[in-house]
Amino acid sequence: MAPGSSEGTYPDDLRYHEEHDWARVEGDQATLGITWYAQDSLGEVVFFDPPEVGATIQKDSSYAEVESVKAVSDVIAPLSGEIVEVNDVLQDAPEKVNEDPYGEGWLVKVRLTAPEEAETLLGVQEYRKMLDR
Amino acid sequence: MTNDAALRRTPLYEQHVELGAKVVPFAGWEMPVTYEGIREEHSAVRRHAGMFDVSHMGQVEVEGPGALAFLQRVLSNDVGEVHVGGAQYSVLCNEDGGVIDDLFAYRLGGDRYLVVTNAANHETDLAWLGRQSREFDALVRDVADRYAMLAVQGPHARDVVARALRIELPPRFHVAHVQIGRRPALACGTGYTGEDGVELLLDPEVATPIWAELLDAGVVPCGLGARDTLRLEVCYPLHGNELSPERNPIEAGLGWCCKEETGFIGSEAIARARAEGTAEKLVAFKIEGQGIPREGNPVMRGGGDEQIGAVTSGTFSPSLEVGAGMAYVRSELAEVGTEIEIDVRGKRRPARIASKPLYAKRS
Repeated sequence: MAPGSSEGTYPDDLRYHEEHDWARVEGDQATLGITWYAQDSLGEVVFFDPPEVGATIQKDSSYAEVESVKAVSDVIAPLSGEIVEVNDVLQDAPEKVNEDPYGEGWLVKVRLTAPEEAETLLGVQEYRKMLDR
Repeated sequence: MTNDAALRRTPLYEQHVELGAKVVPFAGWEMPVTYEGIREEHSAVRRHAGMFDVSHMGQVEVEGPGALAFLQRVLSNDVGEVHVGGAQYSVLCNEDGGVIDDLFAYRLGGDRYLVVTNAANHETDLAWLGRQSREFDALVRDVADRYAMLAVQGPHARDVVARALRIELPPRFHVAHVQIGRRPALACGTGYTGEDGVELLLDPEVATPIWAELLDAGVVPCGLGARDTLRLEVCYPLHGNELSPERNPIEAGLGWCCKEETGFIGSEAIARARAEGTAEKLVAFKIEGQGIPREGNPVMRGGGDEQIGAVTSGTFSPSLEVGAGMAYVRSELAEVGTEIEIDVRGKRRPARIASKPLYAKRS
């Protein structure tokens, strides 16, 4: 599979970060995860090391790690906020990140501290264009 | 060795691309790291049969009336014990007993041997062997371009290969002259996975059709990713990780393949290390709970702040479904069962020194 191959799925209703993260913004909260491209590049996820509930995360900084058999990847926060929930399902089933990156494979939920940051994220068309470059 | 930075491709490169492999630079070659996923490939080798393109590995032929005396001088094992058609594991050591490479030597004829080198060390080995051979009536020849190399491994590997290629395979730790694709080839009863299987040295021109035949026969293509997790589970050392010119085979746990009485280069230093003991020892360990150890992670004394070693190889073990690896630790703390902690990027992960191999087939 060539990088940027178009076979990945990228839902319209999400906002995307250049580091291959997505955010689903709902009011002052957002659900975060990694994109199809990110999980495909990494390979089978075998471990998600989540932040603690209550931890503060900073846009463009790493807030967690996902690991495949061979590699460790920092997860970059697309938005700033405070962690209100982590996806506990991933402790026993980290492969959900590969199987369903926008659904069961979500990583964390945050209360946004700077909701206006969402405007700086990419829409689906822009993100796809970036992958095709 | 040329200084050409261009990466080399094996005769099977197009096949890897066609199968959708993730291709990465490795030891100067463009090699497939995985096709469908490391875990799937790993389990294909544990349960059925997988094949690895290992054409990046080097081959050196040693021939002449002095071939045995020469190899006895450079290889750590007792090469004199190898009959025609036999195979033997050795380390190639410098004067200080440091490991230049680890390799298999195959006796192809009365005074003809083949040694298979690690890709990253091939040129170094060749230069070393060439230099050391001057006092012997033996010719050292680089024959790496003559062979494509396929490792077919797994409980069903032998059956599938014998049937698909219509050849008779040698027993474990033996080598046989065979015909593959109507060309002379070598079948070796060796491997790097802890499973039964064979390594085929074949004419590069027939590599593609043979690969296709084995694929049709149900052999699963496997990349370097699974090769690494498989060898790590059975604690086979990897040169560059567990082995290096700065480490002697005694601390690496390879004393069993060193026969100092043969007087090989490095034997004095190795005899001393064996008699006096070494400051560090290579151990295997398993994480207890979460976390995946990686190369270079510090090993800490359990519950303490004292570093007692460092991880040489670490991964998520697909068979054990837990983080596991190998590490050099201070010898007095290297006992099986010792509680340690691995510092994984600032997080302390409790672990325990385990007996080798980490994975053994249930009988």
